[in-house]
Amino acid sequence: MRAFDYIPAKTVDEAVALLAEKGDQAKPLSGGTDLIVMVREGRRQLDLMVDVKDIPETNVLSYSQETGLHLGAAVPCYQIYADDEISAAYPGLADAAKIIGGTAIQGRASVGGNLCNASPAADTIPPLIVLEAVCVIAGPNGTRDVPAEQFCTGPGQTVLENGEFLVSFKIPAPKNNSSSYYLRFIPRNEMDIAVVGAGASVVLDTEKTSFVSARIGLAAVAPTPLFAEEASASLAGREVSDEAVNAAAEAARHIARPISDMRGTIEQRVHLVEVLTRRALNGAIHRVKES
Amino acid sequence: MPKKVHVQTTINGETVEFLCEPRQSLLEVLRDELGMTGAKEGCNNGNCGACSVILDGRLVNSCIVLGVETEGKTVETVEGLAEPGKLHPIQEIFLEDAALQCGICTPGFIVATKALLDKNPNPTEYEVRYWLAGNLCRCTGYDKIVRAVLDSAQIMSSEVGA
Repeated sequence: MRAFDYIPAKTVDEAVALLAEKGDQAKPLSGGTDLIVMVREGRRQLDLMVDVKDIPETNVLSYSQETGLHLGAAVPCYQIYADDEISAAYPGLADAAKIIGGTAIQGRASVGGNLCNASPAADTIPPLIVLEAVCVIAGPNGTRDVPAEQFCTGPGQTVLENGEFLVSFKIPAPKNNSSSYYLRFIPRNEMDIAVVGAGASVVLDTEKTSFVSARIGLAAVAPTPLFAEEASASLAGREVSDEAVNAAAEAARHIARPISDMRGTIEQRVHLVEVLTRRALNGAIHRVKES
Repeated sequence: MPKKVHVQTTINGETVEFLCEPRQSLLEVLRDELGMTGAKEGCNNGNCGACSVILDGRLVNSCIVLGVETEGKTVETVEGLAEPGKLHPIQEIFLEDAALQCGICTPGFIVATKALLDKNPNPTEYEVRYWLAGNLCRCTGYDKIVRAVLDSAQIMSSEVGA
């Protein structure tokens, strides 16, 4: 491991200036559960870690029924599922925050870091996609917004340019008769990485018998997490039925481009996309109906 | 070569100052700089929980916290549990219930148990197993560990009530 410097930034501008000066030799540090391991194991060489978790904007956690959720990029996972109002409004995000690592990881690891680490198997990314999260990025030229489904560009790769870092997420307020759900397949009960993950959000009509709209997000079946756009669109206006859900799950299966590795084969993963998409949709529908 | 950084933090209620390189983990600072060898190095990458400590009230793996990050913070380690001549009830019950075999994971389990019971004095078995999912025992003595945690909860809450 090469020695590196550490500077805790107090403001967004200070962090941007430090990151811009060192270019690709600097990285923002939040919970560190991926970055510290990567650097200490020599998989990533750095000259500087800029600690961004004491900046007020990265710590914001505010929710209202009118404006939705403003979630700082450094907020640790446990704060999401510990908040009853946020868990009720965005249950799919809470589902994911609850299953990332164990207790000690959830005390440090942030949703923002999970996205920036850009693992194809990241559990919070399908919920961010289905909840229409917008990523607020600060950089030398000011701030810009990027939809969650466009943030990752490859395994470990993101749209972030040198000098930029993820500050927060803006997640729209949940619509009437809507809910979300996330689940993954792992061979163990806890502490594992998704073989496949699937998230869904649904908006139903006032009778809760037809879909107004739906969104499906998938993990670990392509170089980046995916927004299953066609499968999602296929549900709009359709009656809530096994037939509609099964057809959407079948459509989601066609965008999977997984690899075979120690966790699962291509065939298993493609099959799992269909099974998990169906369960995620039914889970979200069930939550709307019982609310 | 980055300079060593001066850090002031509170460990087990006492103000502690140390010098460390930014790349040193809190675990390395505790063990190598401060001589506190209670937290163990298992995997050194956040999987096994042998290095568990409580940082500002939250359970963390000290192998994936940088020493420099603890400036101004509060750290509780397994060394802070016992009083002179008297073990903490959790330690007593781990001994009584024989909830250890080789013992390497034990400090981590005890600290994680302390963090759980501080937050939830009467956990269910499910909650105990869920909370401790990030603490691995490679002797696989989980059943006795879980029973020791449940016994600790029962005995500690009855002591509070008495």
